[in-house]
Amino acid sequence: MEIFYWPFLDLVVWGFITVYLMRFQGQLPGVVTFFLGALILWDVLFRAQQGITISFLEEIWARNLMNLFASPLKPSEFLAATMAMSVFKVTAVSIIMAVAALTFYSYNVFIIGLWLIPFVLNLIIAGWTIGVLTTSLIMRFGQEAEVLAWGMVFLFQPISCVFYPIEVLPKWLQAIAWANPAAHVFEGMRIVLNQSAMPLMHLAWAIGLNLLFLTFMVTWFHHTINVCKERGLLVRVGE
Amino acid sequence: MTLPIVEVQGLTKRFGDFTAVDGISFEIRQGEILGLLGPNGAGKTTTIQMLLSLITPTAGSIRMFGLNLATHRETILSQVNFSSTYISMPYSLTVEENLWVVAKLYGMTDIPRRIDEVVKKLEMEEFRSKVTRKLSSGQMTRLTLAKAILTEPKVLFLDEPTASLDPDIAHKTRSLLKEVRRSAGLSVLYTSHNMREMEEMSDRIIFLQRGKIVAQGTAQEVMARFGERDLEEVFLKLAREK
Repeated sequence: MEIFYWPFLDLVVWGFITVYLMRFQGQLPGVVTFFLGALILWDVLFRAQQGITISFLEEIWARNLMNLFASPLKPSEFLAATMAMSVFKVTAVSIIMAVAALTFYSYNVFIIGLWLIPFVLNLIIAGWTIGVLTTSLIMRFGQEAEVLAWGMVFLFQPISCVFYPIEVLPKWLQAIAWANPAAHVFEGMRIVLNQSAMPLMHLAWAIGLNLLFLTFMVTWFHHTINVCKERGLLVRVGE
Repeated sequence: MTLPIVEVQGLTKRFGDFTAVDGISFEIRQGEILGLLGPNGAGKTTTIQMLLSLITPTAGSIRMFGLNLATHRETILSQVNFSSTYISMPYSLTVEENLWVVAKLYGMTDIPRRIDEVVKKLEMEEFRSKVTRKLSSGQMTRLTLAKAILTEPKVLFLDEPTASLDPDIAHKTRSLLKEVRRSAGLSVLYTSHNMREMEEMSDRIIFLQRGKIVAQGTAQEVMARFGERDLEEVFLKLAREK
């Protein structure tokens, strides 16, 4: 994975950023504002995903998974606890990043205004969805899939259009990006910063897609636990 | 005659073509210690893992407290606990913090008093504030045992509970289990490779081999049936049978 995955993703993301900068040479309003804000918001999604997946991995590393699943704890309660943990992590990291951006670059993340609240909430939920997906894969495929905990979310970064608008992508990839709630959040952020307009349509799409995907992923998580119990995989990953 | 608190009927577990547990049936009565013996790979751990709802049986049924485990998982597991050499606990927490987490998981009240009680009984005072990462293997074994009895379960599954313990602590642990069995009517499913311990602790014994029960009864009955003087001889005889 290290040999192909990261170089490939770096190339894809920076390739699209380069295309974006070339197309709008010298015409990008508030470029620092935009890139720093995008970076901070992307980290919200990243930490939300990590909060869930790393919590699960820590139980595996501590050989504590069987203690949890042989207790009266329900899978839904386990997920709720990891989601709560991810909110703590997102809050802590966001404060640090916001303070650092202000200190080093005089960038105030609150320039986005009250739109920050629904943007952040949607990115947290998008991160949860990817986190639950990753956790399900690790449970199903064991510690060989552990590397997904750090790599999975970056598979979504090119189509989240964090640093460039969706129109930079080829048409076929745009169709996929429109189905990604994070892409709607970042498009909405661009609208707020560039046009001072209200990105209500993007917000509606982000909320709708997030609810749909999160519901599906939580259902799939429960199904994965049942499959793992059937095949004896839960004890194998937990030992 | 006391009613069975654990009833296992026709329990089977197949992983593809391999049958780990093959149609076993047994009961554990209230206040009884049932010893589960067998060579490595006999199906002991798989059986316990099915009883803990960590593995779904291929066939058969498990009932505890008159309830079906498949449909009353949380109700049953709130009254059950286990200790195993395969588990550990979060390394960055202290012994006391780990016990708090377990107590909360099982919805316990009066947690400080109960932790004090268990720590005292298992002689863990000297390392109750120690970070779990720094425990010796014997101390870790005592912690997992503490975790198992902390929640005052009605049924306990103990997978080699005295492994890594020195003879003094091992003896005290066995005495503690007998005392809890006497005072609280605790039922125990006990596995160990120490045959003397099994003879001392178990009211009855089940011997598993290749997923099937090949012998059961009291230790004396099993020894008499195979014409051997001790359980170790019975174990060797059965384990070496082709």
